[in-house]
Amino acid sequence: MRSTVIVFPGSNCDRDIAVALKKLQFKNEMVWHKDSELPKSDLIVIPGGFSYGDYLRSGAIAAKSTILKEVIKSAERGCLILGVCNGFQILIETGLLKGALLRNKNLKFINDDVYLKVNNKNRFCKKYSNNQIIKLNIAHNEGNYFTSSDHVKNMQDQELIAFQYSNNKGDVNEDYNPNGSMANIAGILNEKKNILGMMPHPERMTDKLIVNEDGLGLFSSILN
Amino acid sequence: MKVAVTITLKKDVLDPQGKVVLHTLQNMGMKTLSNIRQGKYFEIEIEETNQEIVKKDVDSMCKKLLANLIIEDYKIDII
Repeated sequence: MRSTVIVFPGSNCDRDIAVALKKLQFKNEMVWHKDSELPKSDLIVIPGGFSYGDYLRSGAIAAKSTILKEVIKSAERGCLILGVCNGFQILIETGLLKGALLRNKNLKFINDDVYLKVNNKNRFCKKYSNNQIIKLNIAHNEGNYFTSSDHVKNMQDQELIAFQYSNNKGDVNEDYNPNGSMANIAGILNEKKNILGMMPHPERMTDKLIVNEDGLGLFSSILN
Repeated sequence: MKVAVTITLKKDVLDPQGKVVLHTLQNMGMKTLSNIRQGKYFEIEIEETNQEIVKKDVDSMCKKLLANLIIEDYKIDII
Protein backbone atom coordinates (compact mmCIF):
# COMPACT_ATOMS: atom_id res chain seq x y z
CA MET A 1 0.00 0.00 0.00
CA ARG A 2 1.30 3.46 -0.90
CA SER A 3 1.25 6.28 1.59
CA THR A 4 2.23 9.94 1.50
CA VAL A 5 3.11 12.13 4.47
CA ILE A 6 2.78 15.89 3.95
CA VAL A 7 5.51 18.01 5.57
CA PHE A 8 5.02 21.67 6.56
CA PRO A 9 7.44 24.07 8.20
CA GLY A 10 6.80 23.24 11.85
CA SER A 11 5.63 19.63 11.38
CA ASN A 12 7.30 17.53 14.09
CA CYS A 13 5.53 14.16 13.96
CA ASP A 14 6.12 13.53 10.26
CA ARG A 15 9.08 11.20 10.79
CA ASP A 16 7.36 9.30 13.61
CA ILE A 17 4.42 8.63 11.28
CA ALA A 18 6.82 7.54 8.53
CA VAL A 19 8.54 5.09 10.92
CA ALA A 20 5.14 3.62 11.89
CA LEU A 21 4.05 3.31 8.25
CA LYS A 22 7.31 1.66 7.21
CA LYS A 23 7.05 -0.78 10.12
CA LEU A 24 3.81 -1.98 8.53
CA GLN A 25 5.38 -2.18 5.05
CA PHE A 26 3.66 0.87 3.55
CA LYS A 27 5.62 2.31 0.62
CA ASN A 28 5.88 5.79 2.00
CA GLU A 29 6.90 9.11 0.48
CA MET A 30 7.35 12.47 2.17
CA VAL A 31 5.95 15.48 0.26
CA TRP A 32 6.85 19.12 0.94
CA HIS A 33 3.93 21.56 1.29
CA LYS A 34 5.08 23.67 -1.67
CA ASP A 35 4.86 20.74 -4.08
CA SER A 36 1.96 20.85 -6.46
CA GLU A 37 1.74 17.15 -7.25
CA LEU A 38 1.03 14.16 -5.06
CA PRO A 39 2.54 10.75 -5.77
CA LYS A 40 -0.04 7.98 -6.31
CA SER A 41 -1.23 7.15 -2.83
CA ASP A 42 -3.84 5.03 -1.10
CA LEU A 43 -3.35 6.97 2.13
CA ILE A 44 -2.35 10.59 2.73
CA VAL A 45 -1.27 11.54 6.24
CA ILE A 46 -1.20 15.09 7.58
CA PRO A 47 1.04 14.82 10.61
CA GLY A 48 1.16 16.63 13.94
CA GLY A 49 3.28 19.62 14.80
CA PHE A 50 2.92 23.37 14.74
CA SER A 51 2.61 24.24 11.05
CA TYR A 52 3.41 27.92 10.48
CA GLY A 53 3.81 28.38 14.23
CA ASP A 54 0.03 28.11 14.72
CA TYR A 55 -0.28 31.68 13.36
CA LEU A 56 -3.83 33.07 12.99
CA ARG A 57 -5.50 29.79 14.07
CA SER A 58 -3.92 26.32 14.34
CA GLY A 59 -3.91 24.82 10.86
CA ALA A 60 -5.41 27.89 9.14
CA ILE A 61 -2.36 28.79 7.04
CA ALA A 62 -1.41 25.20 6.18
CA ALA A 63 -4.99 24.62 4.98
CA LYS A 64 -4.35 27.16 2.19
CA SER A 65 -1.02 25.67 1.04
CA THR A 66 -0.40 24.45 -2.51
CA ILE A 67 -0.29 20.76 -1.66
CA LEU A 68 -3.55 20.92 0.32
CA LYS A 69 -5.43 21.76 -2.88
CA GLU A 70 -4.26 18.39 -4.20
CA VAL A 71 -5.08 16.65 -0.92
CA ILE A 72 -8.63 18.03 -1.11
CA LYS A 73 -9.01 16.71 -4.69
CA SER A 74 -7.72 13.27 -3.63
CA ALA A 75 -10.07 13.27 -0.62
CA GLU A 76 -13.02 14.02 -2.89
CA ARG A 77 -12.00 11.09 -5.10
CA GLY A 78 -12.15 8.81 -2.04
CA CYS A 79 -8.47 8.50 -1.10
CA LEU A 80 -7.96 7.71 2.60
CA ILE A 81 -6.85 10.76 4.57
CA LEU A 82 -5.57 10.68 8.14
CA GLY A 83 -4.95 13.90 10.07
CA VAL A 84 -3.31 13.61 13.49
CA CYS A 85 -3.28 16.47 16.01
CA ASN A 86 -2.23 19.53 13.96
CA GLY A 87 -3.23 17.41 10.93
CA PHE A 88 -6.76 17.21 12.39
CA GLN A 89 -6.74 20.99 12.89
CA ILE A 90 -5.68 21.44 9.25
CA LEU A 91 -8.45 19.12 7.98
CA ILE A 92 -10.96 21.14 10.02
CA GLU A 93 -9.67 24.40 8.51
CA THR A 94 -9.99 23.03 4.96
CA GLY A 95 -13.62 22.15 5.66
CA LEU A 96 -13.03 18.46 4.85
CA LEU A 97 -14.12 17.77 8.42
CA LYS A 98 -16.84 19.84 10.06
CA GLY A 99 -16.61 21.72 13.35
CA ALA A 100 -13.81 23.64 15.03
CA LEU A 101 -10.98 22.93 17.47
CA LEU A 102 -10.87 25.52 20.23
CA ARG A 103 -8.27 26.14 22.88
CA ASN A 104 -8.28 23.54 25.66
CA LYS A 105 -10.85 24.43 28.30
CA ASN A 106 -8.20 24.79 31.02
CA LEU A 107 -6.04 26.99 28.72
CA LYS A 108 -3.10 24.63 29.19
CA PHE A 109 -1.05 22.62 26.74
CA ILE A 110 -1.84 18.99 27.65
CA ASN A 111 0.70 16.22 27.20
CA ASP A 112 -0.70 13.01 28.65
CA ASP A 113 -1.42 9.38 27.93
CA VAL A 114 -5.20 8.97 27.87
CA TYR A 115 -7.72 6.17 27.47
CA LEU A 116 -9.92 6.17 24.39
CA LYS A 117 -13.03 4.23 23.47
CA VAL A 118 -12.95 3.05 19.86
CA ASN A 119 -15.85 2.76 17.42
CA ASN A 120 -14.52 0.17 14.97
CA LYS A 121 -17.16 0.56 12.23
CA ASN A 122 -14.86 2.29 9.81
CA ARG A 123 -11.88 1.65 7.56
CA PHE A 124 -9.38 3.10 10.04
CA CYS A 125 -10.36 1.14 13.15
CA LYS A 126 -11.67 -2.24 11.98
CA LYS A 127 -8.77 -4.19 13.53
CA TYR A 128 -9.83 -2.98 16.96
CA SER A 129 -12.88 -4.58 18.58
CA ASN A 130 -15.89 -2.31 18.94
CA ASN A 131 -15.76 -0.23 22.15
CA GLN A 132 -12.19 -1.42 22.77
CA ILE A 133 -10.29 0.77 25.21
CA ILE A 134 -6.85 1.84 24.04
CA LYS A 135 -4.25 4.17 25.48
CA LEU A 136 -2.68 6.85 23.28
CA ASN A 137 -0.72 10.03 23.88
CA ILE A 138 -2.21 13.48 23.43
CA ALA A 139 -0.09 16.64 23.17
CA HIS A 140 -2.01 19.74 22.17
CA ASN A 141 -3.19 23.22 23.08
CA GLU A 142 -6.23 23.37 20.76
CA GLY A 143 -8.08 20.07 20.94
CA ASN A 144 -11.40 21.19 22.36
CA TYR A 145 -13.75 20.01 19.59
CA PHE A 146 -16.76 22.24 19.05
CA THR A 147 -19.74 21.93 16.73
CA SER A 148 -23.55 22.22 16.83
CA SER A 149 -25.42 19.72 18.99
CA ASP A 150 -27.35 18.62 15.87
CA HIS A 151 -24.06 17.74 14.21
CA VAL A 152 -22.95 15.70 17.24
CA LYS A 153 -26.24 13.78 17.11
CA ASN A 154 -25.80 13.22 13.38
CA MET A 155 -22.30 11.88 13.91
CA GLN A 156 -23.52 9.58 16.70
CA ASP A 157 -26.32 8.24 14.46
CA GLN A 158 -23.97 7.63 11.54
CA GLU A 159 -21.17 6.28 13.77
CA LEU A 160 -18.75 8.98 12.69
CA ILE A 161 -17.18 9.45 16.12
CA ALA A 162 -14.20 7.10 15.95
CA PHE A 163 -12.58 7.92 19.31
CA GLN A 164 -13.90 9.32 22.59
CA TYR A 165 -11.92 10.16 25.72
CA SER A 166 -12.86 7.69 28.48
CA ASN A 167 -11.48 5.92 31.54
CA ASN A 168 -9.96 2.43 31.46
CA LYS A 169 -13.43 0.89 31.83
CA GLY A 170 -14.89 2.78 28.89
CA ASP A 171 -16.96 5.30 30.85
CA VAL A 172 -17.32 8.44 28.75
CA ASN A 173 -18.10 11.54 30.80
CA GLU A 174 -16.81 14.96 31.86
CA ASP A 175 -14.46 13.44 34.47
CA TYR A 176 -12.43 11.84 31.70
CA ASN A 177 -12.52 14.74 29.27
CA PRO A 178 -9.05 16.33 29.18
CA ASN A 179 -9.77 19.36 26.98
CA GLY A 180 -13.49 20.22 27.13
CA SER A 181 -14.31 18.55 23.81
CA MET A 182 -18.03 18.13 23.02
CA ALA A 183 -19.22 14.55 23.70
CA ASN A 184 -15.61 13.71 24.71
CA ILE A 185 -14.75 13.63 21.01
CA ALA A 186 -11.11 12.75 20.26
CA GLY A 187 -11.49 11.73 16.60
CA ILE A 188 -14.13 12.01 13.88
CA LEU A 189 -14.80 10.82 10.32
CA ASN A 190 -16.43 12.55 7.39
CA GLU A 191 -19.75 11.17 6.10
CA LYS A 192 -18.05 9.00 3.45
CA LYS A 193 -15.75 7.67 6.19
CA ASN A 194 -12.60 8.09 4.09
CA ILE A 195 -11.23 10.96 6.20
CA LEU A 196 -10.26 10.58 9.86
CA GLY A 197 -9.11 13.46 12.04
CA MET A 198 -7.91 12.73 15.57
CA MET A 199 -6.10 14.60 18.34
CA PRO A 200 -4.33 11.54 19.92
CA HIS A 201 -1.11 10.27 18.35
CA PRO A 202 -1.33 6.63 17.19
CA GLU A 203 2.22 6.82 15.76
CA ARG A 204 3.64 7.32 19.26
CA MET A 205 2.24 3.97 20.43
CA THR A 206 3.59 1.53 17.90
CA ASP A 207 6.43 -0.02 19.87
CA LYS A 208 6.39 -1.84 23.21
CA LEU A 209 9.90 -0.56 23.87
CA ILE A 210 8.51 2.97 24.07
CA VAL A 211 5.11 2.51 25.76
CA ASN A 212 2.65 0.18 24.10
CA GLU A 213 1.40 -0.89 20.69
CA ASP A 214 -2.16 0.43 20.93
CA GLY A 215 -1.67 2.65 17.88
CA LEU A 216 -0.70 -0.25 15.61
CA GLY A 217 -4.33 -1.34 15.15
CA LEU A 218 -5.06 1.87 13.27
CA PHE A 219 -2.26 1.44 10.76
CA SER A 220 -2.97 -2.28 10.29
CA SER A 221 -6.68 -1.50 9.77
CA ILE A 222 -5.78 0.85 6.94
CA LEU A 223 -3.43 -1.73 5.46
CA ASN A 224 -6.01 -4.49 5.12
CA MET B 1 -7.58 53.07 2.42
CA LYS B 2 -7.18 51.66 5.94
CA VAL B 3 -9.57 49.13 7.35
CA ALA B 4 -9.92 47.66 10.83
CA VAL B 5 -11.19 44.11 11.27
CA THR B 6 -12.20 42.84 14.69
CA ILE B 7 -12.77 39.14 15.21
CA THR B 8 -14.42 37.72 18.31
CA LEU B 9 -15.74 34.33 19.32
CA LYS B 10 -19.47 33.91 18.73
CA LYS B 11 -21.70 34.46 21.76
CA ASP B 12 -22.42 30.77 22.36
CA VAL B 13 -18.76 29.72 22.09
CA LEU B 14 -16.91 29.50 25.41
CA ASP B 15 -14.11 32.06 25.61
CA PRO B 16 -11.85 30.82 28.42
CA GLN B 17 -9.22 33.53 27.86
CA GLY B 18 -11.86 36.26 28.15
CA LYS B 19 -13.15 34.59 31.34
CA VAL B 20 -9.70 34.54 32.94
CA VAL B 21 -9.14 38.22 32.11
CA LEU B 22 -12.61 39.04 33.47
CA HIS B 23 -12.00 37.23 36.77
CA THR B 24 -8.57 38.82 37.16
CA LEU B 25 -9.93 42.33 36.65
CA GLN B 26 -12.80 41.59 39.05
CA ASN B 27 -10.27 40.39 41.64
CA MET B 28 -8.35 43.62 41.09
CA GLY B 29 -11.43 45.50 42.27
CA MET B 30 -13.29 46.37 39.06
CA LYS B 31 -16.63 45.63 40.67
CA THR B 32 -18.87 46.97 37.89
CA LEU B 33 -17.30 44.72 35.27
CA SER B 34 -19.82 42.14 34.04
CA ASN B 35 -18.33 40.50 30.93
CA ILE B 36 -15.28 40.37 28.64
CA ARG B 37 -14.86 38.70 25.25
CA GLN B 38 -11.31 38.51 23.93
CA GLY B 39 -10.69 38.81 20.20
CA LYS B 40 -8.26 39.61 17.39
CA TYR B 41 -7.67 42.90 15.61
CA PHE B 42 -6.26 43.46 12.11
CA GLU B 43 -5.29 46.74 10.46
CA ILE B 44 -5.43 46.34 6.71
CA GLU B 45 -4.17 48.77 4.08
CA ILE B 46 -5.61 48.57 0.57
CA GLU B 47 -4.67 50.59 -2.49
CA GLU B 48 -8.24 51.35 -3.47
CA THR B 49 -10.38 54.38 -2.72
CA ASN B 50 -13.86 53.07 -3.46
CA GLN B 51 -15.37 52.15 -0.06
CA GLU B 52 -17.79 49.64 -1.53
CA ILE B 53 -15.01 47.71 -3.27
CA VAL B 54 -12.79 47.83 -0.18
CA LYS B 55 -15.58 46.52 2.06
CA LYS B 56 -16.31 43.73 -0.39
CA ASP B 57 -12.64 42.72 -0.62
CA VAL B 58 -12.12 42.74 3.14
CA ASP B 59 -15.35 40.80 3.62
CA SER B 60 -14.00 38.13 1.31
CA MET B 61 -10.66 38.09 3.23
CA CYS B 62 -12.57 37.52 6.47
CA LYS B 63 -14.67 34.73 5.01
CA LYS B 64 -11.79 32.96 3.28
CA LEU B 65 -9.05 33.19 5.89
CA LEU B 66 -9.15 35.70 8.73
CA ALA B 67 -12.20 34.34 10.55
CA ASN B 68 -13.47 30.83 11.17
CA LEU B 69 -17.19 31.39 10.68
CA ILE B 70 -18.16 28.32 12.70
CA ILE B 71 -16.86 29.89 15.88
CA GLU B 72 -16.09 33.54 15.12
CA ASP B 73 -17.87 36.78 14.15
CA TYR B 74 -16.14 39.67 12.41
CA LYS B 75 -16.70 43.40 12.15
CA ILE B 76 -15.27 45.67 9.42
CA ASP B 77 -14.64 49.40 10.00
CA ILE B 78 -13.12 51.86 7.55
CA ILE B 79 -10.63 54.02 9.50
